[in-house]
Amino acid sequence: MAPPLELEINGTKYLVHSDPDTRLLTVLRDELGLTGTKYGCGEGQCGACTVLLGGSPRRSCQVLLGEVVQPVTTIEGLEKDGHLHPVQQAFLDLDAFQCAYCTSGMIISSVALLAQKRNPSPTEIAQFMQGNICRCGTYPRIVDAIQQAAKSMEKQLR
Amino acid sequence: MSTLANKFTREPELEPERYEFREAPIHHFALDRRDFFKFFGAGIMVFAAATDALALQESGGNRQNHPEELPKEITAWLHIGEDGNVTAFTGKVEIGQNIRTSLAQSVADELRVPFESVRMVMGDTQLTPFDMGTFGSRSTPTMAPQLRRVASAARDLLLQTAAKEWNTAPEKLLAANAKIRDAASGRSTTYADVARGKTLAQRIPDEDPVTPASEWTIAGKSLPKVDGRAFVTGRHQYTSDLRPAGLMYGKILRAPSFGATMTSCDVTAAQKLPGAVLVHDGDFVGAAATSETEAEEAIAAICTQWKETPQPSSSELFPYLKQNVDTTDPGSLTQSGSIEDGLARAAHRLEASYTVAYIAHAPLEPRAAVAEWKDGKLTVWTGTQRPFATRDALAEAFHLSRENVRVIVPDTGSAYGGKHTPDAALEAARLARAAGKPVKIVWTREEEFTWAYFRPAGVIEIKSGVAADGTLTAWEFHNYNSGASGIATAYTVANQHIEFHPVRSPLRQGSYRGLAATANHFARESHMDDLARAANMDPLDFRLKNISDPRLRDVFQAAAKSFGWPAKKTKPGQGFGIGGGIEKGGYVATCAEISTDDARGAVRVVRVVTAFDCGAIVNPDGLRNQIMGANIMGLGGALFEAMAFDGGRITNARFSRYRVPRFRDVPDMEIVLLDRKDIASAGAGETPLVGLAPAIGNAIFDATGVRRTALPLAPRA
Repeated sequence: MAPPLELEINGTKYLVHSDPDTRLLTVLRDELGLTGTKYGCGEGQCGACTVLLGGSPRRSCQVLLGEVVQPVTTIEGLEKDGHLHPVQQAFLDLDAFQCAYCTSGMIISSVALLAQKRNPSPTEIAQFMQGNICRCGTYPRIVDAIQQAAKSMEKQLR
Repeated sequence: MSTLANKFTREPELEPERYEFREAPIHHFALDRRDFFKFFGAGIMVFAAATDALALQESGGNRQNHPEELPKEITAWLHIGEDGNVTAFTGKVEIGQNIRTSLAQSVADELRVPFESVRMVMGDTQLTPFDMGTFGSRSTPTMAPQLRRVASAARDLLLQTAAKEWNTAPEKLLAANAKIRDAASGRSTTYADVARGKTLAQRIPDEDPVTPASEWTIAGKSLPKVDGRAFVTGRHQYTSDLRPAGLMYGKILRAPSFGATMTSCDVTAAQKLPGAVLVHDGDFVGAAATSETEAEEAIAAICTQWKETPQPSSSELFPYLKQNVDTTDPGSLTQSGSIEDGLARAAHRLEASYTVAYIAHAPLEPRAAVAEWKDGKLTVWTGTQRPFATRDALAEAFHLSRENVRVIVPDTGSAYGGKHTPDAALEAARLARAAGKPVKIVWTREEEFTWAYFRPAGVIEIKSGVAADGTLTAWEFHNYNSGASGIATAYTVANQHIEFHPVRSPLRQGSYRGLAATANHFARESHMDDLARAANMDPLDFRLKNISDPRLRDVFQAAAKSFGWPAKKTKPGQGFGIGGGIEKGGYVATCAEISTDDARGAVRVVRVVTAFDCGAIVNPDGLRNQIMGANIMGLGGALFEAMAFDGGRITNARFSRYRVPRFRDVPDMEIVLLDRKDIASAGAGETPLVGLAPAIGNAIFDATGVRRTALPLAPRA
């Protein structure tokens, strides 16, 4: 048994007992019960398992526990004191989901995009989000939601 | 060629549900009245029985139940608690189509309570009434009216109860916003006050008109998804997220190829792994362990030998389908007039053959189940469209009475017709019984692409004739394997022969969003375009000339108007196409603009306009979401989705090899809703999809002059 590893997730420190070569997705879901991050394909193709490492979006099914050095942000870490993140709020306002299984990954990827680019165009959004699959086909609403979130984040900054 | 003058029909009305796995509805309601109120709390309960739902054909019947017993065939019920909270129960399930929201709207509307006070309990075999399943676009046209009738009866019961207490007539009272008011005296009370201390259970009356769509106040509005906040925060628990105490993770040993049989299996090495529970039962071999990795290791440690058998490959699929007609299954046939006569009268005759590939549902949440045994009783949480059929399959597999099996369906990560079978539930339950602990099975994406079932592939052959003035004179249509839904032509033609030929499918196949209506519309509407050109007519004018149904005419004209049909080409590679039809009570017409680069055969869909009429609209925003989603999902099957298989193996069983529509594939989209408040609502999850593929195919022809007759239309692009 390897010694437990310390992991910072959503601002909280966790001691994790899984093997260092366990996928981060499995650690989050099965050991820590952070099930908001979803399994969709296991090959980094669908984006359902997207989390932030530092500020960068990463497919947690393609990251091994032992490789994680930066703080992790999952969908559970976006809501602060009962207030939704502007991206969450925009998805909610625009009904930018159907079954919503892809939603966690979509929101996390959107947060990463808006951290890089304050006001992305629809083309830039499509480019950045190309790795996230919504099989229900709500893409146009997700593009709208990201643009709405961009506006409300801009307002918050002013 | 037949010369039958009169209509000869071999039960085509049963065909649309061919692949939906029919079964008889039998419900055993386990609670009596006293138990019901013990379980749900005091208040008022109103229910509808199956016989009520079926057009009130029961004339009097035996409605004198023992006062403490409830009838055995309840289809929906509703409870108003002492706190005024309303709970409505239905066996339907939520799979992303937003039926939880729209059914709650119908209940709130009819009961005259705020939308927020209604909670839907769905898809739980212990708590909800029997339901055959959530498929065939049936929830809105069948379940919403039943719940409305239940809610209407509950409102009447509340009014009667209040009237009795106030010693007045119920007609003098007004129900609104969860309150009852007596205008004459100015008295007022709440539903909660009326329900307090009561244990009233009542069956819906024979005749009780519900609110017409023109007077809806909560239905007909764009209300957001119920529990939306739970989804954007990741708090909603899908089946695959459940983690009951002591949970173990299960894995199943899969055959190396379709049709392979196990000749030997040695689990001794696997059994030695600490913590692993191995099950070898008939052709079922599986393992449960305290982690998914350990379960995978246990499966990997099993030594098996297999005997494989030759299997057809996707490259030889279409001749195979034609050569393997299942002669034991009569399929379906509709005939009228004489094809021979019709062709003789035609100025132009056409003959063409079309094909559609097997495609996968690829729901983002794979098949999943959590099973738990306690005191001989089995509870299974699973994402299925058929909770009661799953319960029955479990009861049969484990020799249990239905009362000892409970299936619960958490709101599920989509299905699209793909989650009808009980596979994951059976697997989890078998492992859980051996482990003595709850076991979770979540299929991998590869298992999902391989061991689920597919939208049937098919070959469609059409022979047709058209008179010089553009009137259709003959229509002979043969569908091999893909199915009979949407097989009837919506165009007026005196001489018809429309036949569905079942085939011994080389792959496991089943229901799918739009099912065969996609294939049948693709073939029919592609062919109609070629006929229009033969008759030297504009494709839209040609269709309108042969349409007698005014609703179909309306959607074609609405789509054409918004699209700007006929459109002028302004750049090379540009093309415009139209397609549409009637399916499952809905009317759709789709116009598409594409651009194509001939050199590579690549096709980009630039713009889509969809006009849709499903009768009275329950939730316009939800409907737009469904139409948009149907178009985008349909884009995959239209342009590039196809299962590839060889030697009994799926060779593209992952998202890196099976392309599904992504952000950059999405065209500009315009949706035109025709709200017919005078017509009962039809379902809308499937039909909007069927106009897209032919509209794109026709646009490709418009751009290139080449008719592509196979779905997908641009597989290499």
